[in-house]
Amino acid sequence: MLREPLIEARGLTKRFGSLTAVDAIDFEVVRGECFGFLGPNGAGKTSTIRMICCVSPRDAGELRVLGMDPAEHPREIKARLGVVPQEDNLDTDLTVVENLLAYARYFDIRRDVARVRAVEALQTLNLTEKTNEQIYNLSGGMKRRLTVARALVSNPELLILDEPTTGLDPQARQLFWGKLRQLKRDGMTMLLTTHYMEEAAVLCDRVMIMDESRIIARGTPAELIARFIGGEVVEVHLDYARREEGLAVARRAGEGYDVEETEDVVFVYNRDGHNVADFDVDAVTPVAAEVVRRRATLEDVFLRLTGRDLIE
Amino acid sequence: MIAADISYRAVRVWQRNRDVFRHIWKPEVTWPLFEPLIVLFGLGLGLGKFVELSNGQEYIQFITPGLIAAFPMWATIGESGWGSYSRMETQKTYDAMVATPVSIDDVIAGEVLWAATKSLIAAFYILATALLLTPFYDLVQSPLVVFVLPMSLFAGLMFASMGLLATSFVRSVSQLAYFVSIVILPMFWVGGVFFPLDQLSEGVRTASWFMPLRHVASIQRALVTGDVGVEQAVDVAWIAVVTLVLFYAALWSMRRRLIK
Repeated sequence: MLREPLIEARGLTKRFGSLTAVDAIDFEVVRGECFGFLGPNGAGKTSTIRMICCVSPRDAGELRVLGMDPAEHPREIKARLGVVPQEDNLDTDLTVVENLLAYARYFDIRRDVARVRAVEALQTLNLTEKTNEQIYNLSGGMKRRLTVARALVSNPELLILDEPTTGLDPQARQLFWGKLRQLKRDGMTMLLTTHYMEEAAVLCDRVMIMDESRIIARGTPAELIARFIGGEVVEVHLDYARREEGLAVARRAGEGYDVEETEDVVFVYNRDGHNVADFDVDAVTPVAAEVVRRRATLEDVFLRLTGRDLIE
Repeated sequence: MIAADISYRAVRVWQRNRDVFRHIWKPEVTWPLFEPLIVLFGLGLGLGKFVELSNGQEYIQFITPGLIAAFPMWATIGESGWGSYSRMETQKTYDAMVATPVSIDDVIAGEVLWAATKSLIAAFYILATALLLTPFYDLVQSPLVVFVLPMSLFAGLMFASMGLLATSFVRSVSQLAYFVSIVILPMFWVGGVFFPLDQLSEGVRTASWFMPLRHVASIQRALVTGDVGVEQAVDVAWIAVVTLVLFYAALWSMRRRLIK
């Protein structure tokens, strides 16, 4: 497969005064893939996206989007990007289809072509019935889908989605993911930021995890799980009435493993030569509220790498 | 002078605002239509009974061009203040537009064009009313009145740049009240709209020369009466220079705020 890079960043850096929001990161997004940026709030995901979208100048490093430099050819690049922002910014005084037509006009798309594309985009996103609806009558999920439809009217080569499903209920999120997978099957290249690990696991071919302005891990979701966690995780849920006893037993049973303690759960991970599959569940079961052995997820990777403490 | 990255796409921004206006025009036209009418009749005929002007004009004749200058200013300030703030911060319309081939400078230029268009629309209502009432009160006395609307658009560009400059500094929509109280209200009441400035003290007259509205009122008054002179040429030049300065200031300040 020809890996044609659509985005190439080398030493990409963004500073806000004395704060370095993006610290000399390197990455590539190739045609046809769905690439995920993961990371806690403040990790630098949105700052990176804004530089790619040509709305925020970089402070150092190289950046090429669709083979061009955002500092020199912002209009040419933006003409070929589809952007789904974090916050809904639909025109609330216009109807659904008028939103798409007004947006197409920014790209100089002729009115008749724009109409055809708007019909197609609404069909793709299951919004045909809402064509002439007012925006305030749409649910949160419909607004998000409309924002994707809007990004599609210019026939972009690269779709950029910044936390696209934040605030959606599970049904709306599932439907939304289905639509993105459909776009991916049709060959759309996507760059997605999220802090829902399930979303990244379901959609992304490759992910990179950012923390404190740097990239701390990258690979396919399966590679990251295998590399940082292994196959399984054991969770010992402590019985609060006998917390100390449970903790002591769990620590003893966990010797040799990687163990992480929180207020009421002890997590046990693989370490060289010690496989969680062999962890002595029977020893801790009598003194714990519950012991769960489960498959490792991308969320485990994320929490192990970026820590369980709330960063604010 | 900073190089502005403005293209024909500023018109796309204007078109977007016009499309929205088509949806919400009913409440949008009510205020700018009714307030000048109320003032025209209330002050013109009511207060006018007790006013005697040195040039022999009826008071309603005096305030008509004043209102044509002043109320479009309010329409433009409303649009470039409250309207632009809402698009920039609340609805995030600017963010949506700059994600497309539209540049930040296109957005600012389009916003100025649109707010100036609101001046034109507001002036149109008042002028139409004045023309309808002319057979009864002799409000419009010169064919030069055809230049009133282009002048409103021209003045609108100045007030729109001023409004956008103010908007680029405020942190909440309520802070626009500072700008309106300190800059707009004094012009409105003491800018040659409601009473002639020539009987005021030398100091006040000099101070009023720095008020943009005074120059707009001077031009509109001349166009309605036909009494055009050198003074109006100076007014036009004054407005052109100030518009250019304010527009670039707004562009610079908006970039400072929006490009991070």
